[in-house]
Parts: sequence; structure tokens; C-alpha cells
Amino acid sequence: MLLAEDVAPAVDTGHTAWLLVSSALVLLMTPGLAFFYGGLNRSKSVLNMMMMSFSSIGLISILWLLYGWAGAFGKDRPLNDSTAGFIGDFTDGAGNSYLGTHSFPGLFGYPNAFPVANATIPTYVILIFQMMFAIITVALISGGIADRAKFIGWLIFAAAWFTLAYIPIAHMVWGGGYLGATVGELDFAGGSAVHINAGAAALALAIVLGRRLGWPQASFKPHNVPFVALGAGLLWFGWFGFNAGSEQTVDGTTAVAFVNTQVATAAALLGWIIVEWIKGGKPTLVGASSGAVAGLVAITPACAFIEPWSAALLGVVAGALCCLAVGLKYLFRVDDSLDVFGIHFVGGWIGCLWIGFFATGRAGWVFQPNEGGFGKEGLFYGGGGDQLVAQLQGAAIVSVWSFAVALAVGYLLRFVGLFKVEDEHQDELDHHLHKESAYESFTPTTSSAAGAHAGV
Amino acid sequence: MKLVTAVIKPHQLDAVKEALHAMGVSGMTVSEVQGYGRQKGHTEVYRGAEYTVEFLPKIRIDVLIDELDVDKVVEAVVSASRTGKIGDGKVWVTSVDEVVRVRTGERGLDAL
Repeated sequence: MLLAEDVAPAVDTGHTAWLLVSSALVLLMTPGLAFFYGGLNRSKSVLNMMMMSFSSIGLISILWLLYGWAGAFGKDRPLNDSTAGFIGDFTDGAGNSYLGTHSFPGLFGYPNAFPVANATIPTYVILIFQMMFAIITVALISGGIADRAKFIGWLIFAAAWFTLAYIPIAHMVWGGGYLGATVGELDFAGGSAVHINAGAAALALAIVLGRRLGWPQASFKPHNVPFVALGAGLLWFGWFGFNAGSEQTVDGTTAVAFVNTQVATAAALLGWIIVEWIKGGKPTLVGASSGAVAGLVAITPACAFIEPWSAALLGVVAGALCCLAVGLKYLFRVDDSLDVFGIHFVGGWIGCLWIGFFATGRAGWVFQPNEGGFGKEGLFYGGGGDQLVAQLQGAAIVSVWSFAVALAVGYLLRFVGLFKVEDEHQDELDHHLHKESAYESFTPTTSSAAGAHAGV
Repeated sequence: MKLVTAVIKPHQLDAVKEALHAMGVSGMTVSEVQGYGRQKGHTEVYRGAEYTVEFLPKIRIDVLIDELDVDKVVEAVVSASRTGKIGDGKVWVTSVDEVVRVRTGERGLDAL
């Protein structure tokens, strides 16, 4: 008689197709972020701002292939190892070392991949899906350091922070490490591993690099508001892959995550512009775009665990609070240029804590560890305060870890002169760092034709 | 010969152009400019931060005319561009010593 486990698993075409599409959707978020940030920035340095996102795609993709995936999602180390819970074992799960130079001998079912749904999706598909998360997390940080970071410093920082913060935190939250497996934190698609993580790092770098020249007295108004809306739209579109894709398979939870992503984002858009209105201003397109992003951030950790009405409430709360939180930087005199702290850090915290109050099995997720589920229901659903405490622990540990790594790496780079652009070059940053410019000026350009091939 | 220069609100351009065309003015030069007068600028708020936009977008029209037509041209431009609200702009007239049509080399009134 043939036992079930003797049969090699076959690809589940539905699950695999959805995860492939989701991977492409999440990739699109990073160019979307480039437009979002680029539009919010001033025209003289828009290319450098967008370049930080695009370079993250180039750099992090390769690092993820080489060692990121194996470190974040490799099997957790044995308990007697001092790094147990913090980093994967850099193997392919079958005891073979995996550093991006090997192919997986068995295609299916990476042992620690989250969630351990089934073994019918090729490991490569999960690898590429998770790669896109690492890319955008690093890119998000760049919003805190507009107009004043040397490009070489950014690249070195990105590689170092990815290695010392993103990989261990992703492992702790999703890879079977300390926060997910021991503390019991719930973070479905990255409220802590992506957004709190990036927000804390951006705040640290804004402190390391100091303020832009003239901030906050000079004018830093967004140079292209349609770009901001275009970027927010691309982020919104891609975020369905980010959130609903994080179920990795196609089932009821995928559907709940998808619906919650939409309603929370819509409500946050309204929440932000309502606060703008109440404060005596006008509802703005920058506000609507920012509110949408705040809602997307907040629903990210919670999208599989809460009911849709609760997602809408979360959205309006996050949109309103983030609209107020972006003013904090003026109070503390920290030039977090494009509000990575005010939107991603604050929004991520709101979403993570929301789970502690509103998580419920009514949304479809199976809770209760002793019944084969994971996590506990929230305070308002009779689950007690345990999950809220776990959420607090998770968010706090990620905040401190990421902030500390970014601060240390940032100051080191600044100390050796590789990070901060000299004051005299801040006014012509695109030209100084990249020798190109975003927009034609009115100056005739025909005279340069003779030299056009000089550099080739 | 005179040069009539008008700085007006952008949305009044069509009305001014039509008025000049109707009275036989055969050409004009239009440019996008920025500036302010008594109107001053205005403020815009992005993510809670208020920025003063000092220079507002305006349209500048330059028209070369026979000095005999000055009064009616100026009157046409002023009446076509007036909305009665602050920021309507200004019209001024300067004397021109010489005008040359590039294609033919014609000079003076023949070049208008």
C-alpha cells in the first residue's frame, strides 16, 4: 500500500500562481515608493531620492539570494546555541549549507517558512516573495534622509542594516525565531518586521545626519504632488500582494486580508483629510495619499486577524493619528524628511497593538496554540491581555534593535566621512552625486552636443 | 512705435488675445512668469507644514504697435483682463526705437 508521505508533493498551481503574482505586486511597490518619495521631495534632489529606492532593488535582491533568505528563514538554531531564536542556520533545511551558491535539492516545503501551510509551493517562490519584502523595507528608510546622504554611504548602510537588523528581525518574527515562536507576537505581513523596523532606522539616520540646510525655516514643499498620488496608488495596488499574499496560499484568510487591506486604507484616507479639515486647513491630495499609506501600514500586521469593520475603524484611527504624528518632528527638531517615523513607525505600532485588542477567530484565523492554531484572541474578544503583551514586546524589541543598529552603523559611516554630503553640495545634489538632472531648464542645450560622446 | 506689456492672471489670456485680435493687432509674444504686487503670495499646507508661495503664476503679453493705437490697445487689454479682484495685474507702455522683421529686413512700422 502506498502511504501518502511516499508520494512526492505536486505543485499546487493555484497557491503557487497567487504567490508568484503577489511577488511581482510587492516588487512594484518599491518603484511606487520612489515616486511617492520623489514627488514629496524638492526637484533639485528628486533623482537621488528615487535612486535610493531603485538601488535597494539592485543591492538587496542579490544579498537576499546570497545569504538573506538562508539567515532569515533558515531553520532556527538549537536551543543551546547562543544565537538561538535570532538567526537561521544558513542551511537549506536538509543540513546542507545554503549561501546562494547551491540549488535546493528538494524543491518543496522549506521547513520554517511562514506560515507552514503545506509543501506544495516551490521554495523558490517563497524565497522570491520574501525577497521583495526585504527590498522595500530598506528602501523605506531613505525617506528619512532626503538631500544629505552620500550615495556610497547609503549603499554601505543598506547592506549593513539589512544584514544586522532586517535578517535577524525577519527571522525572529517570521522564521521561527524568538518573537514569533517564543513571545507569540502576531505580525501577519510586516507591521513590526517591515514598518516599525524601517521607521526606527529612519529616525536614527535623521538624527545621525542632522537637518537639511535651512530646515525647517526654508521651503521644503513637495515638488510634484501628482507623483505623490501616483506613488501612493502603486503602493496601494502592490500592497494586496504584500498583505493577502502573505497567507502564501489561497483560502479564506487570503480573502479577509484582501478585504481588510482595502477598507482600512480607504478609511485612513478619510481619517487623514478629516483631521486636515478640522485643523482649519483644506483636505489635500498629499494628505489623502499619505493617509492611504498610513492605513496600508497599520492594517499590515493585523489584516488576517480582525474583522472588516474593525479594519475600517483601525484605518480611520491610523489615518487621523498619523496626520497628527507627522507634526512631532517639528517639536523634537529632528528632520525625518518625508515622515517615515510619523507614518511607518507610528502606523506600524498602531496596527501591532490593534491585534492585542481586536484579534478574533471570527475573521477565520485559527487561534489557540493547543488546538493547532497560533496566537490568542484580543482583549475585546475574551482572549485576555496575553496577546496585547506579546504585541507590545514584539514592537518594542524591533524598535530598539533597529534603532540601535541604524544609529551605530550610521555614526560609524559618518565618522569616517562616507555618509554626510558637504553643505556646499546640498543645493545641487543630483548633479553632485549622479551627474544627471530630472528636469530640463530653459537654458538652451544645443551647445553641449559636441561633447555628448565625450564620456563614452 | 510702442511696446505694450501686460502682466495678467493666466485665465484672462484668451479674453485679452481675442480683444487684441478683434482690433487688428497682428501678433504678440506670451510668456509664463511669476510675481506679485499688492496681492502678495499665498500659503499652502503640506502634511501640516505651512509654506508661503510668494510668487504667483502670471502671464506676460508683449505687443508691438503703432503709437497712434496706444490708447485703444491699452484700454482693450485692461478691460479684457479686469476681474475686479486683487491680483489682476498691470499694463505698461514703453517707447521702441526700432523694429526689424527678420525674414524680409523691413524696418519700422512696416515690420509690425
